Formats: sequence, structure tokens, C-alpha cells
Amino acid sequence: MLPAMTDDPFAQFKLTFFEECTELLTDMEQNLGLVESGSFDNETLHAIFRAVHSIKAGADAFSFKRMVAFTHRFEFLLDLLREEKLAVDEPLVDTLFKSFDVLSDLVSFAQNGEEPDAEYGQDALAAIEGYLSGDVGSQPAAEATTDKPVVEEKTDQAVVETADVQSKEEGINHFRIEFTPKEAMYRHANEPLLIIRELMELGEITTTIDTERLPELAKLEPEDAYFSWVFELKTRYGRDDVDEVFEFVIDDCDLTIVTLGDDNEVVSVDVSPGHAGDDDDDFGFFVDDEALKSGVVDANPKPVEEVVAETKPAEVKAPAAAPAATTPAAPTGPTAKAAMPKSASIRVDVDRVDRLVNMVGELVITQSMLAQEVNNSAMDQSSNVTNGMEELSMHIRELQENVMSIRMQPVKSVFARMPRIVRDVSKKVGKKVKLITEGETTEVDKTVIEELADPLTHMIRNSLDHGLETPEERLAAGKGEEGTIRLSAEHRGGRIVIEITDDGRGINREKVLSLAKEKGVVAEDASLSDEEIDNLIFAPGFSTADEVTDLSGRGVGMDVVRRNIQALGGRVSVTSTPGVGARFQLTLPLTLAVLDGMIVGASDEKYVIPINNIIETVRPPSSDVETLIDGNKVIRIRGEYIRVVSVARMFGDVNASNDPSKGLVVLVEADGGKVIGLHVDMLAGQQQVVIKSLETNYRAVKGIASATILGDGSVCLILDIDALARMEVPKIKKPELMADSFVPKQTEQTEMPSAEHLEAVTA
Amino acid sequence: MTDDVAEGQQVPAGFDPRLLGKAQSDVDEQDVQRGKLVQYVSFKVDDSEYGIDIMAVREIQGWVTVTTLPNTPEYVRGVLNLRGTIVPIFDLRCRFGNGLTDATPLHVVIIVAVGERIMGLLVDAVSDILTIGTEEILPVPEIEARSDQRFLNGLITVQDRMVALLQIEKLFDIDELVARVGAAAE
Repeated sequence: MLPAMTDDPFAQFKLTFFEECTELLTDMEQNLGLVESGSFDNETLHAIFRAVHSIKAGADAFSFKRMVAFTHRFEFLLDLLREEKLAVDEPLVDTLFKSFDVLSDLVSFAQNGEEPDAEYGQDALAAIEGYLSGDVGSQPAAEATTDKPVVEEKTDQAVVETADVQSKEEGINHFRIEFTPKEAMYRHANEPLLIIRELMELGEITTTIDTERLPELAKLEPEDAYFSWVFELKTRYGRDDVDEVFEFVIDDCDLTIVTLGDDNEVVSVDVSPGHAGDDDDDFGFFVDDEALKSGVVDANPKPVEEVVAETKPAEVKAPAAAPAATTPAAPTGPTAKAAMPKSASIRVDVDRVDRLVNMVGELVITQSMLAQEVNNSAMDQSSNVTNGMEELSMHIRELQENVMSIRMQPVKSVFARMPRIVRDVSKKVGKKVKLITEGETTEVDKTVIEELADPLTHMIRNSLDHGLETPEERLAAGKGEEGTIRLSAEHRGGRIVIEITDDGRGINREKVLSLAKEKGVVAEDASLSDEEIDNLIFAPGFSTADEVTDLSGRGVGMDVVRRNIQALGGRVSVTSTPGVGARFQLTLPLTLAVLDGMIVGASDEKYVIPINNIIETVRPPSSDVETLIDGNKVIRIRGEYIRVVSVARMFGDVNASNDPSKGLVVLVEADGGKVIGLHVDMLAGQQQVVIKSLETNYRAVKGIASATILGDGSVCLILDIDALARMEVPKIKKPELMADSFVPKQTEQTEMPSAEHLEAVTA
Repeated sequence: MTDDVAEGQQVPAGFDPRLLGKAQSDVDEQDVQRGKLVQYVSFKVDDSEYGIDIMAVREIQGWVTVTTLPNTPEYVRGVLNLRGTIVPIFDLRCRFGNGLTDATPLHVVIIVAVGERIMGLLVDAVSDILTIGTEEILPVPEIEARSDQRFLNGLITVQDRMVALLQIEKLFDIDELVARVGAAAE
């Protein structure tokens, strides 16, 4: 994927890291949106912090120094926020978003193996520093300690001292931390050394190491953890911060944190076995599970004093089981999240899923072939074979649905980007907007999601720029100052419907119509219905804004949207009520892997026409068929002439009938709303087909979008309507319509196969 | 051979066709690995015999009706469904400029892999599996720049017959093919 990394032994891990970064950043953006809207709680802030923290950890591992340095400062800012030392106001949100942008960029820089300019991100950093220095005493001298190596770990009872880096201002907290990693710690890619370093950043620390568990060299498992530590920590930070250091390893260690008084007297005890069960319902499950495994379930938690009495270094191993009700909720969320993926989700290569989808597709075809055979064999309808076939077919359908659903993802990942866009754009255009999203959990195929972002962005911008009024205009119109854009998604009839509704001024039909006439999109004397006028905004070359802005209004916007959506097999339409607002509606197939198609016969071949291109099918009377000078046929439908293309002739069967009145004409809508008629011999039914690319093993073929495999195992070609609408019929050398006079009127006919086809048939 | 062919349809894609044919027992595997010996599947088109590198051959099956592809060169017979993959079938006789093959179920399609692509070659019959020493391969005499000349990798003599070894990558150089078809369309 990334050429620069191919020789890197860590390439694969890096890849995973970047994948994670993408996910984390997506979540983060969403959470930042919540912060901006004010509807956030501590957990939101924690989640943001965790995202940054995780990125920092990964960046550190791969020595992405810029990223580490930046996330480090970013963390401090978020920390202040978590501790409610900063009020969430507009400039702060700006700084957060700015920092988020810088971080995203740093990630993509790293991913592309580029080095950003030295001054890149300095403005964001400066903004962060502004906040950090504004807060008294919050300037942590962490960098001073990060480089300090912790060396003496292997020495018995080694004591590692670090310089006091904290200004002792407010209350200094004393903690005694007993930390015993479980054997599995290293295997879960956690490193106690890093934790100790992090702890050292918090303040003055005295470390005692217990090496009792260290076995003889011969018995030593290099991947197991044998040491345990007791730290005495003097810090100005609170309990939360100490907990946080252990946030990611809490499942992999026995941990006791005791708060000591200034005179080393015990004031209170917080025993955190890593599972403050009651705080988090989801997490309760893990508590039991983990507890069972390690055998530390203690029905009668010991009284606090007793635990304290026992806390001698040698006994650190004894896991304390009293779930202290006073333990802050902070670690529970994160650990739940950190532990969850083990069982809740796995990362799978999309290719593998695709192969699975493919194979199930094959299974469906084979099954229908078998069912056909059984039906034809005149077997007793109640026989075991028939019953078995029915059951098999049910199972296979279910299997197919399930396999398809693997690729499905909630639209949330796209929707989550929109608040940001609304925010940026509304600022630029000086409008007040509230974005409401609904149905974020609606699932749709991954490929569709990927293609959805651009059109949605465009449409949201369009609504903001053109649809909504300025605050003054709104007030004048008797509306609230703040406009609303509603973005919703739902499943409807096997498709996903996405709606973007605004309560703006609606479409100015007069303006649209006059503009359309001016630009020649419609004829001067055209009389159009309101709906038709509204939908003119999708016509190529259109812009209704008084000024062309850099947001939308480049005159291609909605045209491109429509084209993108149609390329996905979807449709887009708009309904508008002047003064009240407009509603854009997108309907899309749930997946790009299958398509609803009409199977038609032309010549002796079958073709699939995508259902969403089809407007209607007609059997025109010969009186409605006219021939143009160049030999092309047109039919008259409701007073309009529509060009008819013979599919068979288009594909080189020169003997095929060219008289639409002898067959069927399927009216299809191509790119840009252009309607053409496809002359075919018959309709063979409607069916959902699995799309197979021709380009995998061959190349693109003009007029053919892709192929599919029918129930009988034969390959059937899917027509590319847009290409057909643009294609010229091959020049016909023979005198026209010669064959037509032999064909009886108004019957479904099979055309005489060409020599080439004959050959294939007889073969 | 055609009996084998019918069975060929059930052969999994990873099947090693070297297991086919009688020549196998004579083959010293190590010699093959050392590159001293090479194996070719030989087949007939009209009266001529050709060979293709056995490592490129995925499977062999009898001719079945294919779906015609419009707007393609004449030698593209169409596509068929090979266990869910759409595979184009090329008519070798036509590719050599001798007109379309009048294909019957007795005709044979050799499924080959060229790079990442899978394609089928329509030939008259598969005749043998040849194991030959690399030194037995004779150069193609340079007569004149005949169009099919560059498809050939070399010539060998098997029991007084000449077998022309095809360089399959050259035969269906897709990029070249696309370029040519594109040029023809204009």
C-alpha cells in the first residue's frame, strides 16, 4: 500500500496503527462536535483524551516525533478541560478543532512518510500553550523527565529516585501504589517501564522493586512479567491522574493505590482492582469474568483498615477485591473499551469479506440451479429431497444476508463529519445553524459509505449557502435567528433514504427558471411544473447564489452530486416550499455488490438493465415510430420524440430488427436526465443480480457496465445506460429493414441470429 | 484427452496440471526445479502444434457456450463463468489470423493465468505434456517481422513434429490490446 514502507518490518503494525488513528480521529471529531454543542459530559472529554493518548502511545512506538510532541501538549490541554479548569467557550472549541486538524494532518503526514514543515502546527501549539500557561501551575515539566532512563530495574530492592519536578503549590498528595503486573502483561503489548515513566512525570517518586518472583534463568519466560513494584508518589495531581496512568493495563495487573497523609499516615484507601463494577453496566460482565479467572472474588470485602494493614511490599500480589465505591468512574469506561475489542470485534481484511460474499453468491446460484433440477425431475413435491431443498434455500438466503451484513456499517462515520462542515461553513457565511442528525445507526454497505461523503458535504454546503437565510433575513421573515438543517437516514424498501431538510427560504423558482432559460438549460417558452423547476438545480451549469462563493455555487455543484449519486445507482430529488424550506432526498441501494435488474432479451443474448434507470416499458404502435434521416428511429410518447436504440444492433447484430414497433421499448434515463429508448425483443423478468467486474480478467467493454451470473450459471452482461446513450449505432451496410417485413406485427420475436451467434449456438 | 477435459471442470483452481499425463514418471522433479527441465502443455490449432508453460495453466475444460461480448476484437469469443469469476475466452486460431474456430464440445479451453488475470484459450485439442531440457529449445529463425513472431518463445522438435512454444504474456498483453482496440475504435 505504501511503497515507502515495504522494507519496514513494522509496516504491518504501522498500517494497523494508522487504521486505528483513522477510527480514533473519527470518534474524536464526533466528540468534539458534542463538546461544541455543549451536550457533553465527562465521558466525552475522557474519550477525546483517550483518543489523543492512544495516538500518542502509537506514535511513540513508531517514533513519529512530531506527533508525539504535539499530542503531548494536546493532552495537557485536554487534561485541564477534564479537570474543569477551563471553561468551554468558543475560542477553546476553536483551539480544539484546530488541534484536531493538526493532529489529523500529522497522522497523514506520517502515513505518507512525509515530514511536515518545521513551523507546521505551531499556531495550534501556540494556542494550546496559551491555555496551558494561563492556568497557574499547570505547566508540567514532563519533558524533563521523559528522557530520564529508568535503569536499575533488575537490582534487588532498587530505588529509583527522580528529581522533584513539581512546583509545590497546592496540596501535595501522597500515594502508595502497589503494582504487580500479571504474567500476560507483556503479551498484551503493555510495558511497565512506560507506565513507571509516566508515573514519574506526575511528581516525586520513590520506587521499590520486588524481584522475588523472578525464577531461575532456565525457567524464565521472556514474555512473562515477574517484577512487582511499590511506588511512593508525591504529587500535586489527584487520584484521577494516578489512576489514569494505569488506565490501559488495569486488566493486566494487580493494583493497589493508597492515599497517604502528609505524615505518611493512612487517610483513606482506594483499592482499585481495576473493576469498579457498579459504575458501568457493560463492564460488570468483565468484572465477573476476570475475577473468576484470577480467583479473586471476595464475597466479603475486607474492611479498609485490614487491607491497609496488609499492604507490605511482599504482599502486593494479594489482589484486593473491595470495589471501593469512592473510586471515580474514570478508568471503567476506558478499560471497558480497551478490553472489549478482544471479543466484540475483529479486524478483517475487506478482501477476505469480499471473497466470502463472492462464494456465497456462487452458493446461491448453485442452489437455484439444483432447485431447478429438482423441480424438473417430477419428484414428489413432499419428498425429502424437495423439503431439503427448501430448507437449504432458506439457510442459504439467511447466510447471504448475514454475509452481506458484514460489509454494512452505520452511516454515522459519514454523518459525524457533517457538524464540522456546518460549523466551518456557517462561520464563513455568517449564518446561525443548528444541525440535527437522525438515524445515524442506519447501516449501508462500506463502499456506499465511502462514496457518500462528497455528495453529502456538497449538499449540506448548498443548503447552508443557498437555502438558509442570514440571521437578519430570518428575523425579518418571522423565523428564529438560528436555522436548522436536519440530516436523516432510514431504510425504506431495501434502500437507504437520506434526507437533508432545511428551514430556509426554499428554492426561488422564478430565479431558477429565468436562470435556466438564460443558460439554455430549458427552452425559452418551456412551461414547467413547480417540481420540475425545483429539480432544475441539478441541471449542469447552474448556480443560484447572487454571488458565486467559494463554498458552493461554482455552478457545477448539484450537477456533480446528482452524477455521483447516480453512479452509485441512486437518485436524488428536491422538494421545496418557498419561504418554508427545502428537502433533498437521496435514495441509494444498500450495497454496490448487488443490483436490481430487468433481464431483457435482444437477439439471442440476454442483458440486464438496472432497474433504477428504467422509467417505463412501452410497445409502441407502428404509427408512433418515425425514422430520422440518418436511419435512427424515434418514437413519439406523450408528444415527445425519444431516440430508440436497438440493443442487438448496437452490439453488432446487423440482422436485428430496427423497428421498435416489433418489439418492446424500455425507456431509460441516462446521465443528466437524458431519456432514450432501448429496443429489445422481450422482458425475461426482474431479478437481483450480483455484480461482477469484467475488468478483473479482461478490460472494460464499451456499452457494458459489468457482468453477472444468472441462475443457470451463464454469464449475463449488465448494460451501461450512460454509455449506450452516448454511443453511435454501428454503420449498417445492408439495406435497412429488410428483415422486418418478414416478422409478424406485435409479437415477441427472436431475431435471426447472426453468423457469429449461430456459430456459438451450434457449437 | 476429452475425458480428462470433462473432469477438468471439477478441478480446483490450485490444481497442478503436472499431475496429469504420462510424462510425469519420467520427470526428475529436481531437474525441473533446477531449471534444466521445463514442462509445456502442448495443444493443436489446425495442423500446428503449440506449447505453453505448464505453470501458467490452471485447468483444462471442454468448450461450452460463452456469452458474447460486444465491441471487442473478433478473437474474443466472449466470457464464461468459472466458479464465479468472469473469464474471457480467446480464440487462438482467430488470434493467429486464420478465422474463427467452429467450436464444438470437443474443442478445448485451456484456462491460463497471465499475471493476475485468468483467461481461456480456445484450441482444437490438448495433445501432451512435454518435459524438455532447456537446451532443446531452438531459437525462432528471424524470417521477417511477421505479426505472430513475437508470440513465440522458441521451437522444439518432438518426434519429428515441430512444436512452437508460445510466450503467453506477449500473446495477450492486455495493455497493448487495450491500446490497439482503443486506436481501432477511433
